[in-house]
Amino acid sequence: MMKRVTITKKAAKVLEQLKEKHGDLIFHQSGGCCDGSAPMILEKGDLYLDESDVLLGVVEGVNFYMNQDQFEYWKHTHLTIDITEGRGASFSLEIPLGLRFLIHSRLLTDKEDNFFNSKK
Amino acid sequence: MSYSKPKFKEKYSNFINGKFVEPIGGQYFDNTSPIDNSLIAKYPRSQKEDVELALDAANAAKEAWGNTSATERATLLNKVADIIEANLEEFALVETCDNGKPIRETLNADVPLAVDHWRYFAACIRSEEGSATELDQNTLSMNIKEPLGVIGQIIPWNFPLLMLSWKLPPALVTGNCVVLKPAEQTPSSATLLMEKIADVFPPGVVNIVHGFGPEAGKPLASSSRVDKVAFTGETTTGQLIMQYASKNLNPVTMELGGKSPNVFFNSVMDADDAYLDKAIEGAVLFAFNQGEVCTCPSRILVQEDIYDAFMARVVERTNAIIQDNPYDINTMVGAQASNDQYQKIQSYFKIGKDEGAKVLTGGAANKLSGDLANGFYIKPTILEGHNKMRVFQEEIFGPVVCVTKFKDEAEAIEIANDTLYGLGAGVWTRDAHQLYQIPRAIKAGRVWVNCYHAYPAHAPFGGYKKSGFGRENHVMMLNYYRQTKNMLISYDKNKLGFF
Repeated sequence: MMKRVTITKKAAKVLEQLKEKHGDLIFHQSGGCCDGSAPMILEKGDLYLDESDVLLGVVEGVNFYMNQDQFEYWKHTHLTIDITEGRGASFSLEIPLGLRFLIHSRLLTDKEDNFFNSKK
Repeated sequence: MSYSKPKFKEKYSNFINGKFVEPIGGQYFDNTSPIDNSLIAKYPRSQKEDVELALDAANAAKEAWGNTSATERATLLNKVADIIEANLEEFALVETCDNGKPIRETLNADVPLAVDHWRYFAACIRSEEGSATELDQNTLSMNIKEPLGVIGQIIPWNFPLLMLSWKLPPALVTGNCVVLKPAEQTPSSATLLMEKIADVFPPGVVNIVHGFGPEAGKPLASSSRVDKVAFTGETTTGQLIMQYASKNLNPVTMELGGKSPNVFFNSVMDADDAYLDKAIEGAVLFAFNQGEVCTCPSRILVQEDIYDAFMARVVERTNAIIQDNPYDINTMVGAQASNDQYQKIQSYFKIGKDEGAKVLTGGAANKLSGDLANGFYIKPTILEGHNKMRVFQEEIFGPVVCVTKFKDEAEAIEIANDTLYGLGAGVWTRDAHQLYQIPRAIKAGRVWVNCYHAYPAHAPFGGYKKSGFGRENHVMMLNYYRQTKNMLISYDKNKLGFF
């Protein structure tokens, strides 16, 4: 099964920890300044989502969304969610741990690109 | 000349109701310097109850503060300006230590500009007045401006003292009380300011609560006891804050960043003169403040017939940038503000190269020696590619610029506007027609024409499209923190005759 979004073991461990504390979660890829261009982890139901948010995949039971406008520029890339030491200034839930989720990207392979982008 | 790390106390407190107050839960977080990743001090890890305490104080103070005269409020703002100015070097050092930006900039830009913003808003309120219109012979319409009440402000870490000085003075001078949360990466200069001005305002008028976004920022932004929230940051948190505000039917102001185009027409190279020199510097301003500017000119668009010659000069100038110890007065580019930013920028180098962007210079971290080896330094970087690449579309927030070429005016405008954002833009030309027509065609809130990165208090600043809405600075800012009381007065002694 091909996936657009995967997660590193280290990041998955932090995700587990956050799920225990906060319950159901979602990822939403942010844009813009400061701590933008990074994924935000939020309690499910906190952020209002509608058809303008694209579901890119599910990692460890957590949906990963991105705004449609932004997705247009991202759809040919594969994303790996990782975690690093740091201090974001957003409302993302891992920040109090002194950690920050981070995206590593690569181009989709031709096979993946066919699978994800030629269906429509 | 070189400075060194300033002295700090072991730990600091929130500033609530005119006093320094420890966080109720007793929790603190370690604040570090990105220059060498060393500890600065402990700052309060505030929770909802700390925010509530600040909101108690602000709400208790708002009635009396709202009734003070404009003269009185302006006098206090001027006092703050004088205090910052008298301690300029101390503020500059603390800012450099906390943020990683070079001391050259904090001494000459961040702190003096902060001073000027306090003075500007003090002057604005003294010179403006409401309006009165005689609607007919017996009816007068009077517009009186009233404060909103209590304002929640969440500010970013790229210009900590300056962003505080963009947001606090207009809110205070219009008669509002404020609860402000500094960014958790850079709590130091706000704290130093409170130490210096602790007695200037009546208790409860200014309150500073430190802490993390989900723990302290969210309760502030979602409180029904604030009358407005002003936020600078990224889009997901911006959307969340708007949602919370919608529950309280509160107004918000959002400044959410950009991917600003800096457009160079062929006439810039008509002569090799002072103007061309200025234009080249204008292109290299992408590296200003380590690229950690919402309006960073992070896309350079160059007309194709001068592309090679112009870019050769830009690369040469970029290579001459001195990146070293931020405390050294000769350093031009310092450290990124935090490790996660440092890692994020490097992840963009990878995807940029994957997508086929060519590295004209830089393209990697810069490992400095000694203590600085632990700091977060990125080489000023120029990537060449096309506008559909992710590095051309996403805010990297580092000293990284993406360059592409255009054929004519139409293509320049098309590429400039092919972005989700619309905060800043630059247009460089010697052609008098282009000077006016191109800026008008670019969908951005601030277009610099033959200049870039100037931020005078008397010019409105804010975004189009996904860069947000509302404006900061300029006298118009006053009305973002006020409502209009319309008094409709009849001087007619006769009844309507309806009943």
